[in-house]
Amino acid sequence: MITRRKFLKYSLIGAAGMAVPTGLTVVHGGTPEEAKKKGLRWVFLVDTHKCVGCGLCVKACKQENEIPYDANVSRTWVERYVVTKDGKVHADSPKAARDGFTSPDIDEGHGHKRVIKPEDISKAFFVPKLCNQCENPPCVQVCPVGATYQAKDGVVLVDRTWCIGCGYCIMACPYGVRFFHPVYHTAEKCTFCYHRLGAGMKPACVDACPFGARRIGNLLDPNDPVTRIIEDERVSVLKEEYGTKPQVYYIGLSKEVK
Amino acid sequence: MNNHVFRPLIVVIGIVALILVARYFYVPKDFGVYERGYMYSWHRKSDEQFWKDFKIKYQGKEYCKDCHSDKYASINKSAHRIIMCENCHGPAGTEEGVLHYDADKLPKLAIDRSREQCYRCHVKLAYPTSDRAKIRGFADPEKHNPGMECVACHNPHSPRLGGA
Repeated sequence: MITRRKFLKYSLIGAAGMAVPTGLTVVHGGTPEEAKKKGLRWVFLVDTHKCVGCGLCVKACKQENEIPYDANVSRTWVERYVVTKDGKVHADSPKAARDGFTSPDIDEGHGHKRVIKPEDISKAFFVPKLCNQCENPPCVQVCPVGATYQAKDGVVLVDRTWCIGCGYCIMACPYGVRFFHPVYHTAEKCTFCYHRLGAGMKPACVDACPFGARRIGNLLDPNDPVTRIIEDERVSVLKEEYGTKPQVYYIGLSKEVK
Repeated sequence: MNNHVFRPLIVVIGIVALILVARYFYVPKDFGVYERGYMYSWHRKSDEQFWKDFKIKYQGKEYCKDCHSDKYASINKSAHRIIMCENCHGPAGTEEGVLHYDADKLPKLAIDRSREQCYRCHVKLAYPTSDRAKIRGFADPEKHNPGMECVACHNPHSPRLGGA
């Protein structure tokens, strides 16, 4: 027979027990306010108005990060979108835009070129792409061996000695930024040039961009100019509906950009 | 209980023990759960150092300033000041970590003088909503002195003919 006293006592213990997991996360993760005071969270800002499609960022990235120059893979690339007046969207990124866009013709692959008359264009622009260093990276969740992980400052890295090359992460990334390194045969991705960040420099693509279309900043520093723009101006991210919380912010995105 | 039950059981326990021992030696000591928890940072901690130690190749514009102060000054007076030296001259560091400053060790930088290097920006693409449309360029550059290097007439450090 349960008495009222016992009922109340066990109810209280049960409720307290259920609160423990929440309490633990707070102790281990720290509150967002605490992190904001002293933390470091690398984020990227791309201005698609400023990008002219020169591809110097891709050239620099491949050489800086030792991605074989003629292999058709790249940690970063530039996409061209040409929207014609009939509402059709033409997009291409020949050789990841390593050599820039030097022809008005759209590369449709397999040697096909689509000629578009200038008077038919309603809007056209360039969109640089790179790893979004998501706050909730799905590529990391699926790794069965712990070879890819998120560092404290938000950058997602791949352990080349530990990767077994199963390719799950490449399938899991909604942005298609991962690929197999042609030499090491392990998963490869943009690291925001982790080695340069550590040395107080900016990523190679940021330095190489003559137009200031690519910028990097620390989201936890309220005085960082990039953070100011992300917080005070109109920016958007790619595929927000996936819940990955991407940390590459864009100015001037359009609905045609996937 | 009979022997025919115990013997396979001992074999199974033996195999499990063997796997655990092998795992103990195989998995690095610094492999574990770090800042972002089990879901996002279950990894080998020393790999972070691997990426930090990666060699820097592009040194940035300021690296060239002291020795090549004349070039640095001239390009800064032109519209090309926004282009960093290594975009055309090639990275000043190698994969082995040798820097251009140690000149006797590094081969001469391979300068990209090709027409294609200039085409990256100076092929006219009249794209509305993109800054590309604002750059001076040729709609059909192959009609302008074909076969010649652009730099034969246009000094990239001061690209307008007649200076500035």
